[in-house]
Amino acid sequence: MNILVCVKRVPDPAENEIEISSDGSDIEREDLVYSVNEWDNYAVEEAIQIREQHGGSVTVVSVGEEESEEVLRREMAMGADQGILVSDDAFEGSDGRGIATILKAVAESGDYDLILTGAQSDEGAAQIGGMLAAMLDQPYASLVNEIQVQGGTKLQVGREIEGGNQEVSEIELPCVLSIQSGINEPRYVGIRGIRKVSGVEIPEKEASDLGLSEDQVGQKAARVKRVDYFHPEMGEGAEILEGSTEEVAEKLVELLKSKGGMK
Amino acid sequence: MSRQIFAYIEHNDGAVEDSAFELIKVAEQMDPQAQVTALLFGSGQELEDACQHAASIYPQVWKVDKQEHSYPNAELIRPQLVNLLPADAVVLAPFDTFGMDLTPGLAIKLDSAHVSDIVGLDGVDGDTLKAVRQEYGGQVHTHVHCDLSGGAVLSVRGGVFPASEGGQEGQVADKTSDAGEVQAGRRFLEVREAEVGEVDITKEDILVSIGRGIEEEDNIEIAQELAEAMGGVVSCSRPVVDAKWMEKSRQVGTSGMTVKPKIYLAMGISGSFQHMGGVKGNPFIVAVNKNASAPIFQVAHVGVVEDMLEFAPVLTEKIQEMK
Ligand SMILES: Cc1cc2nc3c(=O)[nH]c(=O)nc-3n(C[C@H](O)[C@H](O)[C@H](O)COP(=O)(O)OP(=O)(O)OC[C@H]3O[C@@H](n4cnc5c(N)ncnc54)[C@H](O)[C@@H]3O)c2cc1C
Ligand SMILES: Cc1cc2nc3c(=O)[nH]c(=O)nc-3n(C[C@H](O)[C@H](O)[C@H](O)COP(=O)(O)OP(=O)(O)OC[C@H]3O[C@@H](n4cnc5c(N)ncnc54)[C@H](O)[C@@H]3O)c2cc1C
Repeated sequence: MNILVCVKRVPDPAENEIEISSDGSDIEREDLVYSVNEWDNYAVEEAIQIREQHGGSVTVVSVGEEESEEVLRREMAMGADQGILVSDDAFEGSDGRGIATILKAVAESGDYDLILTGAQSDEGAAQIGGMLAAMLDQPYASLVNEIQVQGGTKLQVGREIEGGNQEVSEIELPCVLSIQSGINEPRYVGIRGIRKVSGVEIPEKEASDLGLSEDQVGQKAARVKRVDYFHPEMGEGAEILEGSTEEVAEKLVELLKSKGGMK
Repeated sequence: MSRQIFAYIEHNDGAVEDSAFELIKVAEQMDPQAQVTALLFGSGQELEDACQHAASIYPQVWKVDKQEHSYPNAELIRPQLVNLLPADAVVLAPFDTFGMDLTPGLAIKLDSAHVSDIVGLDGVDGDTLKAVRQEYGGQVHTHVHCDLSGGAVLSVRGGVFPASEGGQEGQVADKTSDAGEVQAGRRFLEVREAEVGEVDITKEDILVSIGRGIEEEDNIEIAQELAEAMGGVVSCSRPVVDAKWMEKSRQVGTSGMTVKPKIYLAMGISGSFQHMGGVKGNPFIVAVNKNASAPIFQVAHVGVVEDMLEFAPVLTEKIQEMK
């Protein structure tokens, strides 16, 4: 099975406190630590496991700036066979539809039986997989937490729904799935693994290589635009306990006692 | 001319879900004059009952009654919606596991704009909808402008808009014959219930809940000692379960357990809506987080800005001393 996995380079949630730039036009990007979107890493692991059992290939693709090459290389160190970087100034200002349009062009320039995305990324839109499937006229399932290959024509998939219950379906290939975290245990990538793929060429594609025109992607095509970032006026929020660690702990014990937080 | 607004209604056992009461409020915020139409897919008596329920909230209800819709499959419903809806419709849907399945593709098939997980509205200006979203797990908010001129599919976070009180006497119209064929490349088989664990966190009064801030599996002991000192048990956020450090039955949130403790002590948890969605019953919430601007501090009653790995053992000790 030939599998395409879409991966996005995002600020690592475990490493960063996100702050807004002074004019509100962006987040403070200096000093941010980036990594591959958590969900996408699970998707790549899943693709590699399918290849290990059933043969085929795993291709990872990222739309973004030059730096996105890092995450492609990381996923190749994990075991993806090849990477494609898609980068062009014309993509600036793309909305979700724009990104999906670019990924559709990538999908059509290859021969893939299965396309995987993450369930959601840093912007939390959870939209690219479903858009891509609709554009390609392929069936779609979101929030997939189990995949079983059934012959060459279909999969049995589990979707994780409310309450952690699992909705089991059969889906025809080719199809698009968005992968929920926890579906597998992504393998560890060490420095040595990264070094092994450091020399591998990663082809870079531009809008023109994919036959994309300006009215399909970027600012002009976007029907959804982010105007600014802000922090809303909130209620009081939490009462923050001040003092040394010991003092704070003592205050908290008193509070917990009064609220029945001790048996 | 006023825009036609539709609301996709989820229902269960003949009753509409809470989102049905909220989506109409969203529509009214967009256009106070809107004649909002509820869309219900299902089959038989259950659907009929749900439609009657929906008619107490919406002036118009469209139903599509097919055996195949007795369990909602977004892949079957999407093409039928495309057949039914005008091209420039504004469609509202809940941002939940069904909405995530349905709406992105629906926007493409209707050639409409798509905004997901809307948490606020700043009104409509001509053809521009001004919406509020969050990014980075709720760490920042964004203003988003959406072009409504070619229609739009909008998914809305649950529990943030007020609920309608109902009191409508809406008309139910059967649209089954206009909806076209039901066919899809995805066939529903069954729902498997989540496994139950040895500890039932839904019955506990005191929960010490840990998130990604626990950093390593070995550190869970620190939380266990604290929970023991308090007379409670340890629960957790999703990444801890994803890492296979705790059982799924310990996970609090929309895709885990709904808990209603008296005390919820959240350590190293950022406070995403999917996590907080599982914390009910208005407990006393204490958050321990090293990031002073973590979203959890907006919902917690008391906050401690510290490294949880250092703070938790000190707290355990103090509890033992001061008990
Ligand atoms: C070059 C570029 C310029 C942009 N400019 C703007 C701008 O000016 N204004 C603005 O508001 N937004 C901009 N964006 C953000 C863009 O709108 C979002 O990246 C897009 O909507 C996808 O993120 P999402 O949160 O919607 O993805 P989701 O739908 O939440 O992500 C789901 C999955 O889709 C896949 N995916 C998402 N994005 C990519 C990607 N870039 N490459 C490969 N796979 C991906 C991943 O598998 C991911 O897990 C830009 C993005 C890029 C890459
Ligand atoms: C469909 C769907 C369903 C989901 N369902 C659930 C669900 O049921 N439950 C759930 O929890 N999530 C759920 N999620 C995931 C959710 O979106 C978040 O990704 C998740 O809740 C984040 O968990 P977290 O707060 O532990 O991690 P993060 O968001 O990474 O937060 C970690 C926090 O710990 C703090 N921290 C780090 N180190 C320390 C330290 N040493 N001391 C103190 N603080 C520290 C950081 O400042 C940060 O605030 C779901 C997602 C999707 C798409």
